[in-house]
Amino acid sequence: MALPNIAQLSTAGPEEILRPVRPWFIGVTLALALLGNLLPVSGVALALKPDFVALVLLYWCIQEPRYVGVGIAWWIGLVMDVGDGTLFGQHALAYAFLAYAAEFFRRRVLRFPLWQQAAQVAVLLGLCAALVLLVRYVGGAPLPRWTYAVPPLVGAFLWPVVTLVLQWLPRPQHSSTAL
Amino acid sequence: MRHIPLEPPAFFPRGPSPIARLAFFGLVSIALLFVDTRYHYLEDVRHVMAVILYPLQRAAQLPGETLSEVGNYFASLRTLNEDNAALKRLLVERSAMAQTYPAAQQENARLRTLLDLGKRYGAAATAVEVLYTSRDPFAQKLFVGKGPGADLRLGEAVIDADGVVGQVTRVFPHMAEVTLVTDKDQAVPVKVQRSGVRSVLYGAGAGHAPELRFMAPSADIQVGDVLVTSGLDGTYPSGLAVARVATLERETGQIFARITCAPLAGVDRSEYLLILGRSAAAQPRPEEPAEPDKAKKIGKAKRRGAGTP
Repeated sequence: MALPNIAQLSTAGPEEILRPVRPWFIGVTLALALLGNLLPVSGVALALKPDFVALVLLYWCIQEPRYVGVGIAWWIGLVMDVGDGTLFGQHALAYAFLAYAAEFFRRRVLRFPLWQQAAQVAVLLGLCAALVLLVRYVGGAPLPRWTYAVPPLVGAFLWPVVTLVLQWLPRPQHSSTAL
Repeated sequence: MRHIPLEPPAFFPRGPSPIARLAFFGLVSIALLFVDTRYHYLEDVRHVMAVILYPLQRAAQLPGETLSEVGNYFASLRTLNEDNAALKRLLVERSAMAQTYPAAQQENARLRTLLDLGKRYGAAATAVEVLYTSRDPFAQKLFVGKGPGADLRLGEAVIDADGVVGQVTRVFPHMAEVTLVTDKDQAVPVKVQRSGVRSVLYGAGAGHAPELRFMAPSADIQVGDVLVTSGLDGTYPSGLAVARVATLERETGQIFARITCAPLAGVDRSEYLLILGRSAAAQPRPEEPAEPDKAKKIGKAKRRGAGTP
């Protein structure tokens, strides 16, 4: 099997046509992201761990809005609420907001190079975290430590990786040029 | 295989607009949040979903378990020998205490019969292993595994070798959620071991030390005093070590002293915990209006607004 060359590992331009993504591929990647979120880590790793589900969800909301939208995001958020043992609706609200933001975001995001996309993703993930903070604070929870701001930034750093990995499979050249 | 571009131009109707969908799901979320915070009606839904999610959670735990098993395998003989020696020393140290314990207990029982007091804690205890700490940055919780046969109940006290860790707040089929004494919503009735002064230890959330609130500046309490459970709430058996007084500020201008404490138990370190079953002979609590999930509310400072369901 041929390794992908460097040109393939760049972001897809707006003029490039990607192979349509199958719904099962979206489902599998979301399940893997959920698995990543459920990893039982503690200490520094927990403070650094980004919200993988939010990242993958954001990616699919931008790339495949036909399949993944506000409703799907909301349901996944509900699952996340159960997995994390948090308040019902907390992640759901955040993910629904994320999916909605992606609706505007997607019209221009592909025009930017990856690192600039990452900066915008940082803002979106930060807004999500702020929304959760607001909801919990109103609900009577104490303010978290300052490390609360770290996972969205780590998530933004991972955005190029997520994009490259998820774009690598549906590339038409991937199968045709490798032969 | 054919792939037709499925996305129609925007001017064709495509169901509700994103903003309408966001408004709908946002309102549902807020309703859910409100119901979950105030009324706790959704626990059954949570349980069902937790069961469905269990295989995925189990899968997520596998890599860590494998790693630690591999690590155990390569643990050197020397470490094991050292551990063994330390444990033996500890055993000898504790055995002296253990030998005097039955006598003390007998004496205690006699005194209690004399005083006509109810029985102390004496029910079964379950040893459990900590699976992982909660990923919720707003709460101080951890999840422990339990065998299918283990009969854990809400509100049961959780301790480690050094003191009280917290109490069971949710029970799932394969694990249970323990809220730590450092959680903001936790309150533990305590007394000062030295002087017997009673108080309540309030958790303050991540990164803050638990506090004794509403203590008069003149109360007989010193830095270094050990706080033990007073057993007044019927949740924690009396006499378990909880915390040590860390700082003490008595300002003349204030009505109450400001007292912060450090938990004695390794609330964020212990790997193995003991869950104390509630003694059947515990005094029944005074009847309040029927609340089906009373145990959950124990330790919550906040009162629910609603009366009887």
